[in-house]
Amino acid sequence: MVRMDENSSARLKRRLTGIVYRIGLFLAMLTICLPGLWIVISSLRPTVEIMAKPPVWIPQEISFDAYVAMFSGIGKGGIPVIEYFRNSLIISVTSTVIAVAIGMAGGYAFARYRFRGKSSVFLGLMLTRTVPGIALSLPLFFLYVRLGIIDTHFGLILAYVALNVPFTIWLIDGFFRQVPKDLAEAAQIDGCTRWQAFWQVEFPLAGPGIASAAIFAFLTCWNEFALASQLTRSVSAKTLPVGLLDYTAEFTIDWRGMCALAVVMIIPALTLTYIVQKHLVGGLTSGAVKG
Amino acid sequence: MATVSLTKLTKRYGNIEIVHGIDLDITDREFIALVGPSGCGKSTTLRMIAGLEEISDGSIEIGGRIVNDLPPRSRNISMVFQSYALYPHMTVRENLGFSLKIAGAAKEDMDRRVAEASAILGLDTLLDRRPSQLSGGQRQRVAMGRAIVRDPDVFLFDEPLSNLDAKLRTQMRTEIKKLHAKVQSTVIYVTHDQVEAMTLADRIVIMRDGYIEQVGTPDEVFRRPATRFVAGFIGSPPMNLHEATIDDGQMVFASGEKLPLPGQFKANVAVGDKVVFGLRPDDIYPTGHGISSGSVADVHQIELPITVTEPLGNETLVFVEFNGSDWVSRMLNPRPLKPGERVAMSLDMSQAHLFAAETGTTLRS
Repeated sequence: MVRMDENSSARLKRRLTGIVYRIGLFLAMLTICLPGLWIVISSLRPTVEIMAKPPVWIPQEISFDAYVAMFSGIGKGGIPVIEYFRNSLIISVTSTVIAVAIGMAGGYAFARYRFRGKSSVFLGLMLTRTVPGIALSLPLFFLYVRLGIIDTHFGLILAYVALNVPFTIWLIDGFFRQVPKDLAEAAQIDGCTRWQAFWQVEFPLAGPGIASAAIFAFLTCWNEFALASQLTRSVSAKTLPVGLLDYTAEFTIDWRGMCALAVVMIIPALTLTYIVQKHLVGGLTSGAVKG
Repeated sequence: MATVSLTKLTKRYGNIEIVHGIDLDITDREFIALVGPSGCGKSTTLRMIAGLEEISDGSIEIGGRIVNDLPPRSRNISMVFQSYALYPHMTVRENLGFSLKIAGAAKEDMDRRVAEASAILGLDTLLDRRPSQLSGGQRQRVAMGRAIVRDPDVFLFDEPLSNLDAKLRTQMRTEIKKLHAKVQSTVIYVTHDQVEAMTLADRIVIMRDGYIEQVGTPDEVFRRPATRFVAGFIGSPPMNLHEATIDDGQMVFASGEKLPLPGQFKANVAVGDKVVFGLRPDDIYPTGHGISSGSVADVHQIELPITVTEPLGNETLVFVEFNGSDWVSRMLNPRPLKPGERVAMSLDMSQAHLFAAETGTTLRS
């Protein structure tokens, strides 16, 4: 009889814990998702409703005016979205490719080779992450003006590569460490050069890690505002986050337009993450060694 | 098919010497086992032969060709790793054929050789699986298959059975032996397990602290160990070893107990010499329960107290107290014995070993 009670109370406890977990999870997801949802809703409704106090939770009228206006050209409430989008894409993709390439070389070196000063170099790289990017914007601005690369794709790409490389090295290093050394050695015995062993065996196995490094690097560039707002000023170089400022005038802020542009910015980032995330599945190395 | 010669082979990491100029000649189609405790340099030696470690000094010859500075791929060797090192992103078929693909072999040739290897190892039904879908024993077989496919001059095995459970290990041991009979290549096999070495190898190389202690057939290293270390390392349960001082035809042990000096060593020791006396568990047994081959005259009788018994079915390991520690003895056709009981033990002194206490080398002439 006593045992029955113990069992049923344990079952009840487990069920209650499950419910508490679910509520906690719901609250956490709400906190994460609500701002995004709010942006999407705000892009679809008039400013009056956005600014209303108390807030209007359920939109009364929905319109795509902001999106139409955005693409309808200068003077008709539009901004050069296409140009900004192009700039963002060129800058983000190029700097990501470069940062991942350097990250792979560096990460591999840190994971596989022993060399003098290895840990200090690694620590140094990590320490650069502690410097807030905005603190560098003024020196960078002066430097770029002198070098004549202010307001260019190249200048921003350079800054973003520098920003991302320590991170990609750190992340990719970790993934290469997970690839057993034996595999590259086995490949060399099987007839590969060190270079072939890398591309045939180690690279495919570290692939998910490299993909995640690429996503993180891309998103950092895609969303970066502080540096971009200092280092670019013309339509030919401004990125989407900087483009958001086009919606602020001397006395007014077009919240609806801003939210619409934000949605336009989020979509490619979200799509990319969605596409790549299935490659991020870990556990690919399981079965390589013992078991 | 090739000979392998190591000449003054040395490995240093910075100032620390790991392998101290070892010499070893391996004949064609020989199965050689490098055996020793961990850290004895056996794996390092194997890796130097494979080309995975640079050599610091000396030279390595494979098939009469000096390969000191050649990369692994140019040595025509193949290696089975302790971890198997299967490529997890490839199927068994791709794993087996990888070396051929890298070598640019024709598709038909590749298929034929993969089929041959998988037939030898019974992998036919597993060809389209990934390594993660295989059991330990199957992975082990794939690793061996990958080695066979290359048709190498020399097979290198680096503790290939260490990750398997005891039963599978015995099974794979037999398979490796069969495989060697079939492919007839030179094999260098590293293991820390002396049973593996004894059962598989034509000759055993016993290493310790980067030196070779003894090279010999399993029978030689078992019956005529060159050093105290080899005596203690080879054989299971290990040889009983006790330090003693020679005194007028007797050995006097620390506890004051005495045993007669085995006749075969009389000429090689003098009074006052410090020696290590060794006797295998097979050569000490409760009287009437042994297998010893020695003549009756050499058997010394002594009564000793039993500390523990370990029944194994057809035999019992009997631990008796001698000189303040346990002596293992192997009792055939066991009868029940109780701890504390004093039993008459037979010591076959014709099978005894004697080593110089200081150098550890055998006193056998």
